[in-house]
Amino acid sequence: MATLDIRDLHVSVNTDEGAIEILRGVDLTISSNQTHAIMGPNGSGKSTLAYSLAGHPKYQVTQGSVTLDGEDLLAMTVDQRARAGLFLAMQYPVEVPGVSTSNFLRTAATAVRGEAPPIRKWVKEVKTAMKDLEIDPEFAERSVNEGFSGGEKKRHEILQLSLLKPKIAVLDETDSGLDVDALRIVAEGVNRYKAAAQADGEGVGVLLITHYTRILRYIHPDRVHVFAGGVVVESGGPELADELETNGYVRFVGAPAAAV
Amino acid sequence: MTAVVETSPAQHGLTGHSHIGGRTAAKPDSHLHGSGSADLADHPVPSGREENWRFTPMRRLRGLEADAPFQGVIGEDNDTVVDAPEGVLVRRVIGDEAAALKGQAGQLPTDRPSARAWAASSTVLLIDVPAQLEVTEPVVITFLGTTASKATAGHVIVRVGPHAKAQVAMVHEGSATLTDNIEIIVGDGATLEFASMEEWAGDAVHLSHHHIRVGRDATLRHTALTFGGDLVRVVGTVSYDGPGGDADLTGLYFADAGQHLEHRLFVDHAVPNCKSRALYKGALQGAKAHTVWIGDVLIRKAAEGTDTYEMNRNLILTQGARADSVPNLEIETGEIVGAGHASATGRFDDEQLFYLLSRGIPAELAKRLVVRGFFGEVLLHIGIPSVRERAAEIIERELAISGI
Repeated sequence: MATLDIRDLHVSVNTDEGAIEILRGVDLTISSNQTHAIMGPNGSGKSTLAYSLAGHPKYQVTQGSVTLDGEDLLAMTVDQRARAGLFLAMQYPVEVPGVSTSNFLRTAATAVRGEAPPIRKWVKEVKTAMKDLEIDPEFAERSVNEGFSGGEKKRHEILQLSLLKPKIAVLDETDSGLDVDALRIVAEGVNRYKAAAQADGEGVGVLLITHYTRILRYIHPDRVHVFAGGVVVESGGPELADELETNGYVRFVGAPAAAV
Repeated sequence: MTAVVETSPAQHGLTGHSHIGGRTAAKPDSHLHGSGSADLADHPVPSGREENWRFTPMRRLRGLEADAPFQGVIGEDNDTVVDAPEGVLVRRVIGDEAAALKGQAGQLPTDRPSARAWAASSTVLLIDVPAQLEVTEPVVITFLGTTASKATAGHVIVRVGPHAKAQVAMVHEGSATLTDNIEIIVGDGATLEFASMEEWAGDAVHLSHHHIRVGRDATLRHTALTFGGDLVRVVGTVSYDGPGGDADLTGLYFADAGQHLEHRLFVDHAVPNCKSRALYKGALQGAKAHTVWIGDVLIRKAAEGTDTYEMNRNLILTQGARADSVPNLEIETGEIVGAGHASATGRFDDEQLFYLLSRGIPAELAKRLVVRGFFGEVLLHIGIPSVRERAAEIIERELAISGI
């Protein structure tokens, strides 16, 4: 069992006009075997939350705390956070020319697992995971994300999720830009990992950040949080997503914080 | 650190034609490059303010750009060793025969050091790959200099006959003050993989001029690998004989403290349906490490169906280094497949680094992966295995200096 505890998190981003506060006191607790959906209009700070948790240097935490199983996540470097069990599936995965996908995956798995996986077992593991996500085996020899289509990049993110086996997975708009087939493949990949993690006894807590309700038909959330103006303005069960599907964010952008 | 990007889509040009064999080849003028000439009188001593010299530290040229006497003796002050597979003819040609051979590539010197070497080199090293011969082992030409105190002029002709296939590597080692002309002729339908490696000792100065002629339906892969020397300047000019020519130009350079490494390319698209690609990558470390990359591409009016793209990227590893990068495109016809260029100079790519870190990869290892990935793209382009391996080893050695 793992728990990610976010308390009163304030985050600023530095711009030419000085620091601008984006997150204004976020409180969230996510435990293993739970899926939380964070929904909100553009500019509400959803991605800032994702990148702040992963430790992107662009974002400065000015107040509050984040702990993973009681350990101070904010005191860790980016790579330490990943090795502690946090994974961020990025909205815009970065191309790394000249680094082959297979080399990258093995290097990351070695770092996260603390030892190099035995080669034969590893090859089989990668092959199976790629097949599950309908990724062409020749991708392994291509440079990381280079020349991948939008859908291929997202599937590659979920491939990493299944190989790095995090305790907490943050999926930042993994559904954006995907057609129905690609969305289904990606969502099934997430569900497969959730089931596998639960069967292992470890479990995974999923923080699913999205603008649309579409992905929630495939990945069922236990809790839904509406994000606006850098804070959680309302939390509820799956029925809250249904309301958003019908009414959109109108009810929430009327709040003063929605000026952002 | 500076990164200069200039583009000149200017229309400029006169009609005319090239002819070979005379003292001068009258060519339609581009504002980028004047007509070549073997007559020294056409090349006054440059002051350093000229467009094609403005990045070069003239005082470090040891008079090669002016009138420094050529006193280096072949076989004494330097030696050239050729290791060639069976079927490839290697000869050192002298006298009138040598003089008659010069200009095979259809180009004449466009700067004074080139013109001086043209006039002064009494011999020509001729590498002949007969028509239709396909060799899988590379020809390796090794220039070994033993002194930098005497200047040497050189002339090499690499001639690949029609429909032949060959690999040629030129490796420069030791100490020298050298200016030379390398004529590279790729016959119709032929394929040449050419690599030039500058692996000099720290006191070498080398001004090299590659005159490249790509035949009809011929393929050239040309790689410039520049690591050693105090000052190295490689000027490459590419012209095409007929449609279907394909020139793939890559380069890798690594400048340490005080080094000046300069690459200038001029790709002259004067016939239709030819292709050119340039991909040059460089890294710099240490105070006053300086690199210059100039990529000029001219698409003349007749060159319809041209497809060209050039890219230069520089990675600055420490403070105090400077990379100048100037891609330049002149287009005189709109009937082309594509024309573009890109140039970027920067430090580590922070987003790439973050991506790797966020997967648990420790910072030191992530940096190594990003930097090796940066070079890997060009290394993979090198088709001669022994050259590729040596370049990879040199890069490891260079990176060890910065502890990466």
